[in-house]
Amino acid sequence: MAPALSIMFLFIAGPIIWSVYIAFTNKALTGVGAAHAKWVGFTNFVHMFNDPLFIKSLLLTAIFVLGSAVVGQNTLGFMIALLERGRNKFVTTTLNGFIMCAWVMPEIVAAFCWYAYLYQGGTLDAFLGHLGLNQDWLYTTPMLAIIIANIWRGTAFSMLVYSAGLSDLPSELLEAAKVDGASQLALLRRVIIPLMRRSIMVNLMLITLQTLQSFTLIFILTAGGPGEASMTTPLYIYQQAFQLYDISYGSAMCLVLLLLGAAFSLIYIKFIKVEEVAA
Amino acid sequence: MTSALPVELNVQVDTSRTTAVRSGRFRIDSPRKTMSTISVYFVLALVALFFIAPLLWIVLSSFEPGAAIGTNAPLVLSLSNFANVLNWSTFFQPLINSLILSGSTAVLVVLTSLFAAYPLSRYQMRYRKAFLYTIIFSTGLPITAIMVPVYELFARANLVDNYPALILFLTATSLPFGIWLMKGFMDGVPVDLEQAAWVDGATWVGSLRTIVAPLMMPGIAVITIFTFASVWGNFFVPFILLTTQSKFPMAVSIGTFFGQYGAVEYGQLAAFSILYTLPALGLWVVAARFLRGKFTFAGATKG
Repeated sequence: MAPALSIMFLFIAGPIIWSVYIAFTNKALTGVGAAHAKWVGFTNFVHMFNDPLFIKSLLLTAIFVLGSAVVGQNTLGFMIALLERGRNKFVTTTLNGFIMCAWVMPEIVAAFCWYAYLYQGGTLDAFLGHLGLNQDWLYTTPMLAIIIANIWRGTAFSMLVYSAGLSDLPSELLEAAKVDGASQLALLRRVIIPLMRRSIMVNLMLITLQTLQSFTLIFILTAGGPGEASMTTPLYIYQQAFQLYDISYGSAMCLVLLLLGAAFSLIYIKFIKVEEVAA
Repeated sequence: MTSALPVELNVQVDTSRTTAVRSGRFRIDSPRKTMSTISVYFVLALVALFFIAPLLWIVLSSFEPGAAIGTNAPLVLSLSNFANVLNWSTFFQPLINSLILSGSTAVLVVLTSLFAAYPLSRYQMRYRKAFLYTIIFSTGLPITAIMVPVYELFARANLVDNYPALILFLTATSLPFGIWLMKGFMDGVPVDLEQAAWVDGATWVGSLRTIVAPLMMPGIAVITIFTFASVWGNFFVPFILLTTQSKFPMAVSIGTFFGQYGAVEYGQLAAFSILYTLPALGLWVVAARFLRGKFTFAGATKG
C-alpha cells in the first residue's frame, strides 16, 4: 500500500496543501512576486470577491454546469435510455455507438469537431446559410455553443448509468402499475423516478464534478471569449495564473474551485455505500 | 476525459436479473401502439442526427485534399492529407510520446493499485472504511483545480518538461479510481483459493502474484485500458507541465495545426484527429469485450 499512498500524497495532497500556502502570498511568475514572495494574508481572497470577472466566472460556471450537465446530459441521457428500452437492437446499438464515440474520443478532438461545426463557414453554417441564418455561432452565442457541445460530449455517461438503472428495476412492479391502469406519465413520475433516485443522485453529482472542471472544450471553442462572455472559472484561473503569471491569485481561486468540488464529492459519497459497492 | 469520468461502474447491475427485462417486457408505449412506435423512432432519429452531424466534418475533410474548414464539395477523395501528416515530427514523435506517457502511467497504476487494493480487499483493518471513503472522495476532486499549485511546485523543483515527474503526477491522479476498481475486481476472487497456497507457506505477495492476479486478468486489462485511454486523451495536464515541442504527446501537438491567424491545414488536422482517435476507440471496444458477462457491472457498459 505504501507506494500508492506516497505517490498520491506527494502529487495530490501535496499540491493542495501547497496551494493553501501560496494563496496567502503574492507569488507571481514575473515581477516582484517572482523572486521574493511575501505573506499577504487574505489579500487574494478579498481581491477575489471584489473582482467582478471572478464573480462573473462563477456565474457562468453555474450556468454551464446547470445547462449542460444537470439539464442537458441528465435529461437527454435519461430520455434516450427510456426510449431505447425494448426497441430494435440494431437501431439502439448503432445509435449508442455514435453517442459513445462522442464520449470516448479525446476531448480535444471533440472540441475540434464542434469548432468546425459551429464556426462561420462551418458545417452548421452551410446548412443554415440557406435559411439566412448565416453567422459565427461561437461569436454570437458562445455560452449556448459550449453548453450544447458539452451535452454532446457527455450524454453517453448519463445514458449508461440510466440504462443500467432501468434494467435493474423490478419488472413486477412496473407490470403491477400497468395493470392498475397507471398512465405513462404516472408510471414515470410515481414508479420509475422514485425507484431510481439513487442512480439519479449519483449521476448528477458525477456529471456536475466533471463539468465543473471542464477546460479543454471551452478553451478550444471560445477560449472564454468573445471578451469574457464564456469565461468560466477554470478558464479564468488559467488566464490569471498562466497568461498573466499571477500564481498566488490563481491558487486562491483554485482553492475555491476545489472546495466547491469537495462539497459535491461529499454529497456523492453519501449516496455510495462502500460495502455494497464492494460486494 | 480526465480521471474522474467513467464511474458508471458505480452502478452495480445484476445481469442475471436484467436479461429478462432487456428482452423488452417493459417499455414506454401507449394503447395506440404504432403511433407511439413511430414517434419514438422519430425522436431517436433526431438524437442520431444531433450526434452524427458534428462528426461529419472530421471524416469528410480528412479525405478531401486542401480542405477548408467547411465541407462544401468533398467529391474528390484522396489520402493526401494522411500522407502529409505521416512524418516523424508531425506524427511519429508525438505518437511515441503519447505511448510512453500512457503506457508507463498504466503500468504504474496497475502495479501500485494491486498492492494497495489487496489489504483493502482481504484484511479487516481499523481504518478500512474511512480509507475507502477517502479514495472515492478523491475520485471526485477536480484535477483542474490543482494545476496551478502543481505547476508552481514543478517549476520550483525544476521538473517542468520532466517525463518521469509528469508520469508520476498522472499516476497519482489515476490511482484513486484505479485502486477502487482493483478492489472491486479483487473482491470477486474467492479467498478459499488463496488459503491452500497459504497452507503451503506462500506469503501474501506470493498468493497475490500466483493466484489472485492471474484470476483477475480481465479486471487488470480493464484498468490498464481505462488508464491508458484517459492519459491518451488528456490535454490539460501535459499542456501545462510540458514546454518543449518535441516532448508533446498527440493531445498537445494537435494544436500545431491550429495556428492563431495563419493558414490552417484543416484537412491534415482532420486526418491527424482520426489517427489519434482510432486507438482510443479501439481500446474501448476491447474493454467492453472484457467486461461483458464476466463481471456484475457489465450491464453498465453494454453498448
